[in-house]
Amino acid sequence: MRPLPELTPENTAFWTGGAEGKLMIAFCADCRHAIHPPQLICPKCWSDKVESRAVPGTGTVYTYTVNHQPWAPGMAVPFALAVVDIDGAPGVRVTAEVVNADPESVAIGQTMKVVFLNIDDIWLPRWEPAQ
Amino acid sequence: MTLNAAITGVGMSDIGRKTGRPAMVHLAEAARRALECAGLTKEDIDGISTYPGKADNSPGMSPLGTGEVRNALGLKTRWHSAVPDGPSQMAPLMVAAMAVATGQARHVLCFRALTESSSQTATQRASIPGAGRARLGGWYSYLVPANAMSASNWAGWMATRYFHEFGMTREHLGMIATGQRAFAQHNPTAVMQSPLTMEDYLGARMISSPLGLFDCDVPIDGACVIIVSAADAAKDCARPPLAIEAMGAALGSQESWDQRADLTTMGAHDAAAEMWKRTEMRPADVDVLALYDGFSIFVPYWLEAFGFCGHGEAKDFIAEGNIGPGGRFPVNTGGGQLSGGRLHGFGLLHEACTQLWGQADGRQVEGAKTAVCGMGGGFIAGSMLLRRD
Ligand SMILES: [Zn+2]
Repeated sequence: MRPLPELTPENTAFWTGGAEGKLMIAFCADCRHAIHPPQLICPKCWSDKVESRAVPGTGTVYTYTVNHQPWAPGMAVPFALAVVDIDGAPGVRVTAEVVNADPESVAIGQTMKVVFLNIDDIWLPRWEPAQ
Repeated sequence: MTLNAAITGVGMSDIGRKTGRPAMVHLAEAARRALECAGLTKEDIDGISTYPGKADNSPGMSPLGTGEVRNALGLKTRWHSAVPDGPSQMAPLMVAAMAVATGQARHVLCFRALTESSSQTATQRASIPGAGRARLGGWYSYLVPANAMSASNWAGWMATRYFHEFGMTREHLGMIATGQRAFAQHNPTAVMQSPLTMEDYLGARMISSPLGLFDCDVPIDGACVIIVSAADAAKDCARPPLAIEAMGAALGSQESWDQRADLTTMGAHDAAAEMWKRTEMRPADVDVLALYDGFSIFVPYWLEAFGFCGHGEAKDFIAEGNIGPGGRFPVNTGGGQLSGGRLHGFGLLHEACTQLWGQADGRQVEGAKTAVCGMGGGFIAGSMLLRRD
C-alpha cells in the first residue's frame, strides 16, 4: 500500500488541487516568492500572506533515476522518478513519479505534464511526457 | 585552531549480517573495546552522546537511546545528548567535543548502534522513512508518496545529474567500489571481503540508475563507540590523543533532497567550507580520508566538497588512482560502508583513528598523521579534521 501524506493547512491545496485538475503551488502574496514544499510563512520575507495558485502543470526534467528495486510489497518495477522544474513557479521542483512512458526514455530537459492519481482524500501529482 | 577536545579511544563490535544479537550486546562489546583502547574504565566516562537516539521510524535504524545505555552499562554521567536533528551522524561527536571543551564532561562515550540487518523483513525494510505509518509528514512526505522511497533513488537522481554535467560513468563509481573492496580484503572486520572485479561491479543488478548493487552500502548489525575527551584529560590515556583540529556543519539549503539549486553539490560542500575556515591546514596536509559512502556517488561529492579536486574533476582524480590502495589520498581504507558495513559514519571514523594510531595492519598508510572525516549525504553533513602530534 502506497504511503500517503498527512494533510495540513499549508499542504492541502497541493495534495487536493488535482480534484479540479489543478497543480496548486504556494506563493507569497507580498513578495511573489514561490514556496515549495508549501509553508504557512514566506521563508523569504516572513509574510503570513501565503496563497496557493494554479500553475500550468508542465515542467522540465532536471534529473531522474530509474528504480529497479521493489521497496514495498507489490511495487511494480522498473519505473522512472524525475525531479521536475515547475513552469510558472521559479525555483520550485517536485519529485515526480513518471507514468505513461518507457522508464528508459526519460531524459534531462524533457517536457512533462501533470496527471493525478486519486487515493482517499489525496490527489497525487504524477507526470507523463508532454508530447 | 585546535579545539580543546580529542579522540582517545575507538571500539567496534563484531559486526555482521543477521547476527541475531541484541543491539545492547553489540554496544557493550564496542564500549569495552573503546575503553581498552583509551586505557579508561567505565568510572572515567562522565558523558554520553549518540545519533539519533532511540528511533522507530525505520526498522533497526536506532534501537538504543542514551538512557538505556546508561542503565545497562551502569554509567554515571553528567552530560548526555542524542541528536536526531543535527549535522549528520557526525552530530554526536561534535556535541561531545563542545561538551568537553566547555567543561560539561571529561570523557564522552559517543555511540552508534544498528540492527538493520536482523530487523529487515519483506514488509519492513530498513532505511525506508515512515515505513508502516498510516500518514507521512515532513520532507519525505513529498518523496515517499511519489514512490521515491529509498535514499538510493535520491542519490540516484543526484548521480544522473552529475554524470550529465561532468561525463562521469559507472566505471568511475566502479573504481570506488572495487578500490574499497581491495582495502576490505586487508580488514578482518569488514563484512564483504571476497574480491570484487570491475566485471562483477558492472554485471550486478541495477538498484536505482545509475546506481547498482555495489554502489549501495551494506545493512548490518553492530555498534561503534568513539570516546571524545577534553584535551587535558586525554593526556592520561593509553594512546596519543587525536586532536580535533576543526569541525564544520551547515544546513545551507532547504531540508530536502530535491530543492537544492545545484544537485551536483550537497550539504557536504557547506560543511567542508565551514571546517576549512577554522584551520590553517589545507587538503594537501591530509594523509587519510574517511568519506561517507552510503552510496558510492557521495565519495566524489565529498572529495570535491573538501577541495581535494575541483568541481567536476573527481572522475579524473579517481581514475588517476589517488583514492585507492597506494594512492596519495586514500579513502575509506577499511573498505568503507560499501564493503565494511553501514555503521553510519562511525565505522569510517573508527578506521581513520586506527590509521592515525598506526594499527591498520596490512592496509596502514605509512606515517599517517592527519585525517579528515565527512559524514552525511544529501542535505545533512558534518566534517572533522584530526591531527596526531
Ligand atoms: Zn514573501
